[in-house]
Amino acid sequence: MAAEEVLTSKEVFTRPFFKMNPIMLQVLGVCSSLAVTSSMQTALIMAISVSLVTACSSFLISCIRNWIPGAVRIIVQMTIIASLVIVVDQLLKAFSYDLSKQLSVYVGLIITNCIVMGRAEAFAMKYSPKLSFIDGLANGFGYGMVLLVVGTIREILGSGTWFGLTILPTVNNGGWYVPCGLLVMPPSAFFIIGLLIWALRAKFPDQDEPEEFKIQED
Amino acid sequence: MEHYISLFVRSVFIENLALAFFIGMCTFLAVSKTVKTAIGLGVAVVFVQILAVPMNNLVYTYVLKPDALVQGIDLSFLGFITYIAVIAAIVQILEMILDKYFPALYNTLGIFLPLITVNCAIFAGVSFMVQREYDFAESVVYGFGSGLSWALALVLMAAIRERLKYSDVPAGLRGLGITFITAGLMAIAFMSFSGIQI
Repeated sequence: MAAEEVLTSKEVFTRPFFKMNPIMLQVLGVCSSLAVTSSMQTALIMAISVSLVTACSSFLISCIRNWIPGAVRIIVQMTIIASLVIVVDQLLKAFSYDLSKQLSVYVGLIITNCIVMGRAEAFAMKYSPKLSFIDGLANGFGYGMVLLVVGTIREILGSGTWFGLTILPTVNNGGWYVPCGLLVMPPSAFFIIGLLIWALRAKFPDQDEPEEFKIQED
Repeated sequence: MEHYISLFVRSVFIENLALAFFIGMCTFLAVSKTVKTAIGLGVAVVFVQILAVPMNNLVYTYVLKPDALVQGIDLSFLGFITYIAVIAAIVQILEMILDKYFPALYNTLGIFLPLITVNCAIFAGVSFMVQREYDFAESVVYGFGSGLSWALALVLMAAIRERLKYSDVPAGLRGLGITFITAGLMAIAFMSFSGIQI
């Protein structure tokens, strides 16, 4: 199966960070990015898990892409992804039980995380295993990057800590910083991602969406 | 009875899947452009959810739970793959039944049904049900409530976005950005339900 366009490994790797960021531009995998970012620890674990699952599933699916019948490909992809997620879940339970409790259902939700499925469908079904692995890993990292940025903002301003280390001593602990309660709550993640998208598009104006309805100027 | 009503209200408003747990965000953002399609998808999700949650409850209780199938065997690590398989099967069967007996409904829901297998809302509903150890009756109520909560958020969002189309949004924020911020404001509005007790 010949690739439509020749892509170098480097291009494949760097693309998902800014030019085709999975969360900001492709609108994939948003659910977990909002829910696990109230502390850095959970955000980091989630980023690593998603990167690994995406990379491995893209690799495996790409290996068998020529033998998968078109009609049942979703089921085949799901089975591979679900098995990988079970491995991640069991590892988390074995080595850091507390974190796996905090992440609760969101580890399982990696299965239905659109990044994994989306990359399998859009990239791994067309390209070689090596490129697919790199693409999966890079998309995981692009996703992880957004997670860590949102997590940093929320944890430092919301509870004055970063990875549990005190950065801004809060009033409750005898310091001076009055934590912004809103940032600990779930809705703040929506605002932060919305504003991040704005920032990214200010840098790359070609990502702007066209106006659906022209406002008349007079 | 009171217990079930309380569970229902909680799952629709307080623990709204889309706005309190951010479940199914991808679809939530992608399919909320017009109210009509949003209602179609919403109905399909409620439909599948009300079947998938109780069904997986039975599978969990009688097959996967420790000591359920054979004494001393714990199959709960197979959970994820089983739930996904059950959901995929339900969607497939539902599609065939609708096609045969309710062609009108099938044509409306048609394009959305296959998408639902990979919709996080269904899978999350099942995972929450297992984690909170609901019994069968509770899982029926929870399945309906959580499906409805997601559909409600989706339709509201679509209604807002239909109007948003005519407003003058800064270029970089247009489309996805403003949708996120709108969703954030909606989530804050839904937080006000959190004190409700029945």
